[in-house]
Amino acid sequence: MKCFSRYLPYLFRPPSTILSSSCHAEADIISTVEFNHTGELLATGDKGGRVVIFQREQESKQQPQRRGEYNVYSTFQSHEPEFDYLKSLEIEEKINKIRWLPQHNAACFLLSTNDKTVKLWKVSERDKRPEGYNLKDEDGRLRDPSMITTLRVPVLRPMDLMVEATPRRVFANAHTYHINSISVNSDYETYMSADDLRINLWNFEITNQSFNIVDIKPANMEELTEVITAAEFHPHHCNTFVYSSSKGTIRLCDMRASALCDRHAKFFEEPEDPSNRSFFSEIISSISDVKFSHSGRYVMTRDYLTVKVWDLNMENRPMETYQVHDYLRSKLCSLYENDCIFDKFECVWNGSDSVIMTGSYNNFFRMFDRNTKRDVTLEASRENSKPRAILKPRKVCVGGKRRKDEISVDSLDFSKKILHTAWHPSENIIAVAATNNLYIFQDKVN
Amino acid sequence: MFLTSVVPQWPFYNLDTMFVRGLKRKCIDGEEDIEGTLAGIKAIPSYNLQRQSLLDMSLVKLQLCHMLVEPNLCRSVLIANTVRQIQEEMTQDGTWQMINTQSTGQTSLDRLVSTDILCRSSREQAEGKQVPGYSNFNKDFEDDQTQDSSETMSTASSVQAPRNLQSNVWEMENAQENRGNFQKSLDQIFETLENKSPNSVEDLFSEVDNSYYDLDTMLTGMMSNTKMGHCDGLETFSSPTTTTSNSNCKSDLNELDHIVEILVES
Repeated sequence: MKCFSRYLPYLFRPPSTILSSSCHAEADIISTVEFNHTGELLATGDKGGRVVIFQREQESKQQPQRRGEYNVYSTFQSHEPEFDYLKSLEIEEKINKIRWLPQHNAACFLLSTNDKTVKLWKVSERDKRPEGYNLKDEDGRLRDPSMITTLRVPVLRPMDLMVEATPRRVFANAHTYHINSISVNSDYETYMSADDLRINLWNFEITNQSFNIVDIKPANMEELTEVITAAEFHPHHCNTFVYSSSKGTIRLCDMRASALCDRHAKFFEEPEDPSNRSFFSEIISSISDVKFSHSGRYVMTRDYLTVKVWDLNMENRPMETYQVHDYLRSKLCSLYENDCIFDKFECVWNGSDSVIMTGSYNNFFRMFDRNTKRDVTLEASRENSKPRAILKPRKVCVGGKRRKDEISVDSLDFSKKILHTAWHPSENIIAVAATNNLYIFQDKVN
Repeated sequence: MFLTSVVPQWPFYNLDTMFVRGLKRKCIDGEEDIEGTLAGIKAIPSYNLQRQSLLDMSLVKLQLCHMLVEPNLCRSVLIANTVRQIQEEMTQDGTWQMINTQSTGQTSLDRLVSTDILCRSSREQAEGKQVPGYSNFNKDFEDDQTQDSSETMSTASSVQAPRNLQSNVWEMENAQENRGNFQKSLDQIFETLENKSPNSVEDLFSEVDNSYYDLDTMLTGMMSNTKMGHCDGLETFSSPTTTTSNSNCKSDLNELDHIVEILVES
């Protein structure tokens, strides 16, 4: 990794353009961001049910400074709003998650899901078209066969690149509750979808059946006190997956043990700190995201105030805990009142599992270097994103005297939250979704 | 060592201002109350007041579900757990009855006992350090109060041994009933599968300040939004019949849906 900064803070620079929508409609709020396995493609989903795919420019010798920028590659409407007539409720078209499949041929495949339905999309390019048909002319009108005197072989001629997305599979009617996660298995034949109370296993080829592997719905709904918040397959072991709960626990399950994985193989939970106990303790312990490391040795979880890294071999407490915005601990009542305490932040690993990143408020996002234990706060904003400028670390002042560049806790804008981020699988390129703007930052080129 | 401060160190208790722009300040700063010019008796239950406001806020949140889109189940579960937590603590303290009683006929003893229970950390309570701790805490706490309280100090000390029983004696019957009723109302919020008829729904909250929510709207709203699964048509059928004439158009629609579901089920 030649571009790797040797120390934090990373010197990220923004590209020459920030990719965003011109109007600030609610439908443009980005709800998920995901790089594909090579990092060449970056997919975003928004609240309006659209998917926008960006492709990295090939490096060219003529313009070395425009090194690998991302441009719009394809846009399509993945999900439409629906209405559940039995319950008299709308089904939102918001894209909750996108997951790429590894690429085997020229076409790319991705899974996108809203609250109820998962769809498999094929994204393919067309840059040639046949010309010289015998039975129809160039406009497509049929020719009179009796007028044809000679035969010719149609030839393929280049045309303007056209990227088309077609839905190949629709996996519907398998979830009573809202889907929060999808995860492609390492066998690339199956994937799972998780809602609040159940996890289903699908085969990509079969859309009318799914296999229920986890069900935590109590017989008596009055006894419901815990829900599933996220789930993911192990990156290498196709029989292993984890799911997190609203009570701050992680369960690791082995599908070889039994058909219904209600009994976990491992149970990860950190004992509660009695000195920090409050009425909000459970809410802030609810895990909003769970991610395996690329190595498969660790699992990272995000709760409201911290990011934790767990060793799969140690169940009783996390290996590392990082404070994301501990200054909010004294503000939990207000955050409960305005519902911010229920915000679901995601977290991501970098390609080498040495740095983890997650979002915060005021368009801040945080990076933690697991080796040096250094951390940095950066801001995704237009003012700070001049082309080729270096992102300046930000600091939140918790009390006492506020220095010049610091921002006080009371000045934070809680409507500007960074919930979704993504890290390129091998390079130091990050994608940060700030409401309806997508920021892509690259590491400084030496 | 349990007397670090008169004011318990709950995170929200020390909240200073609302920092989200435009929001009115709702959480009370407890320290201001204690040091304020209010009479000692009224200043005592500031923790109770905060807890009550948190309870009310939570109940409102459970009620205010988006009527068009299915509510977030995770959020509802977390809020309901918070409500249960508050309710359990209030029942243990015996403050459930006290807070909800409108009359001012409460003796200072009641408030004294309940406040003390609240201010001690749960760990100390579990370790059984109540007996010595109670009297000492009492003394320090009472120094700041008016003469009325000082009279009750000795009384309070004498009753502190069977404190748990004492705190509930005068409200034993009511507390049990209120707890049961409250639990029932909470269950109804999540009820989808069991055929339970909410008895005397109006009585459940007769002693609670109704200004925050309308019971009927809350129940019907939650009924319509917690219809998850295909088996709940029968079970929720009985519930809408107990709504009063306050039901709005939405609840009428829900009743119709329930009937439709019954027909579909059969």
